[in-house]
Amino acid sequence: MGLPDILFYVFAALTLLCGVLVVANPFSRNPVTSAMFLVLTIVSMAGLFVLLHAFFLAAVQIIVYAGAVIVLFLFVIMLLDLKEEQRRKIKLFGFVGGLVSVGAIVLVCLKALKAANPGADLAAPQLEGGTAALGKLLFTQYVLPFEVVSVLLLVAMVGVILLSKKDLK
Amino acid sequence: MGDGRSRRACAVASLNSPSSIVVVKIMNVGLEQYLVVSFLLFALGLLGVVIRRNLLVIYMSLELMLNAANLALVSFSRFNDKLDGQVLVFFIITVAAAEVAVGLALIVALYRKRQSAHVEDLTSMKL
Repeated sequence: MGLPDILFYVFAALTLLCGVLVVANPFSRNPVTSAMFLVLTIVSMAGLFVLLHAFFLAAVQIIVYAGAVIVLFLFVIMLLDLKEEQRRKIKLFGFVGGLVSVGAIVLVCLKALKAANPGADLAAPQLEGGTAALGKLLFTQYVLPFEVVSVLLLVAMVGVILLSKKDLK
Repeated sequence: MGDGRSRRACAVASLNSPSSIVVVKIMNVGLEQYLVVSFLLFALGLLGVVIRRNLLVIYMSLELMLNAANLALVSFSRFNDKLDGQVLVFFIITVAAAEVAVGLALIVALYRKRQSAHVEDLTSMKL
């Protein structure tokens, strides 16, 4: 068991632990706490991406998610002033029902994964997800989706400006 | 005597071999381990969407599910030696950023109208 394997278990445990704390933190119901643990989840997932040799995506994950998306979340949390929301209780029936159904789904998925046994006949991976390789693919084979995504971002920007106008018509 | 001992050692080795294979399988990190992490993270996101009542936390759980899908795609890409999965993850991250912007703008607009970001207060479409 080499260093990458140990790091995998460390990052995986950190990802799942912080994911639990995002969803059901027993100490705090504050959305700010959830957002902070979401940052930790995303950063440890970037660590997993590095272990998978997806270096560019690890950087993008930190810059876009931890940098932009979480800041947006925090802005909105500050804007909404959710103090009185904290007092409401989670309903027991919904909690137990959700837990049972999600547990059943996980059980089915893990059984299916065990039955499929993926990666048993795969050779040792050689792939390197550096910026150069990814950029080359992005600007040759995937150039049309790339341009479409830029239009999508423009549409999203226009939509957000329209939605946040003072008087929605 | 020596022959018997070697045979016993052989039997012990053959008895031990399945468990040692299992140990190696647990220790060696492969596609399966990454997929298990991805499944569990997706389940956590789903659980958050089901049990939480705050719109913002539900939205964060959605992000968690998107990230789980990203992890599965990157690990498939790595273990199949094809870069296309990573390109797809790149597009997913872009679309997720746009989606978060629009969704949060919707939540803010809703909050302005209703003074609440709580799904139980948003029942105007209930019959």
